[in-house]
Amino acid sequence: MKVIVNVFLKEGVLDPQGKAAHHALHSLGFEGVSEVRIGKQIILHIDTSNKAEAEAQVKEMAETLLANTVIEDYTIEIAS
Amino acid sequence: MKVAVLRFPGTNCEFDTQYAFEKLGHETVLVWHEETTLPEDIDLVVVPGGFSYGDYLRSGSIARFAPVMKAVKAYADNGGKVLGICNGFQILTEAGMLPGALKRNHHLHFISKHQTICVVSNDNAFLNQCDKGEVLNIPIAHADGNYYIDEENLAKMEANGQILLRYSDAVGNRLVVNGSVTSIAGVCNETKNVFGLMPHPERAMEAILGSQDGMKMLQGFEA
Repeated sequence: MKVIVNVFLKEGVLDPQGKAAHHALHSLGFEGVSEVRIGKQIILHIDTSNKAEAEAQVKEMAETLLANTVIEDYTIEIAS
Repeated sequence: MKVAVLRFPGTNCEFDTQYAFEKLGHETVLVWHEETTLPEDIDLVVVPGGFSYGDYLRSGSIARFAPVMKAVKAYADNGGKVLGICNGFQILTEAGMLPGALKRNHHLHFISKHQTICVVSNDNAFLNQCDKGEVLNIPIAHADGNYYIDEENLAKMEANGQILLRYSDAVGNRLVVNGSVTSIAGVCNETKNVFGLMPHPERAMEAILGSQDGMKMLQGFEA
């Protein structure tokens, strides 16, 4: 089963990379962008066909290693 | 004093750290990350700087799960003193042994230069040889030194004397160097036996190399 984890800095925690990209977009003439947030996407292949089990496993992985919950939020998406 | 200096794949400040403590007359021992115990009769564990595991995922995020870190956690829980420098600071925050987290510098640049830092708290086992408000000249070298802590915990740390060092100008006024919350450069835990800082005191041990201010910082552990 393919599971996608998206990790982003929490709302309210300044994202320096997002801010730099936002500034660059503005410089290039893309005016209509009000905010840019940059995160990372982690794609996992899990040896189970049970959706709930996969989600539970990946949640534990995210809490333990994949995200630093002091500064980051994450979402889990079961892809297939 | 006997100092254990940890070594992970990608650590690169372990020899400088050994040199610094040996210059002060102390015995040092390198400890490989796969060890499950620390040497007996040690007085301090140093988690030195570098790029453990290539800084993959987040700086320090993989190293915190190395076998030796369980022993370091147990040592600290038992009151043992632990110092994390630069990547060592990042590893200790990732391990939850120090509050907060270190983000990418606000300007996204890697900074490598001498920097003045101001001593905020000295009633601890680390900075007791420095004066409160004293300005020290210590090299910094990092990309992820932008310290983050929420306001509530910042207030608690301030009240408990856990803010150790702030980036400053030559007379001690706060200076924005990497975007750190209130210019924080170093902190300790609530029980004041685990310390972390981004600046490198072990690189400020020789006048000929620009500063000897690191000596009085590291000498604090002798008291």
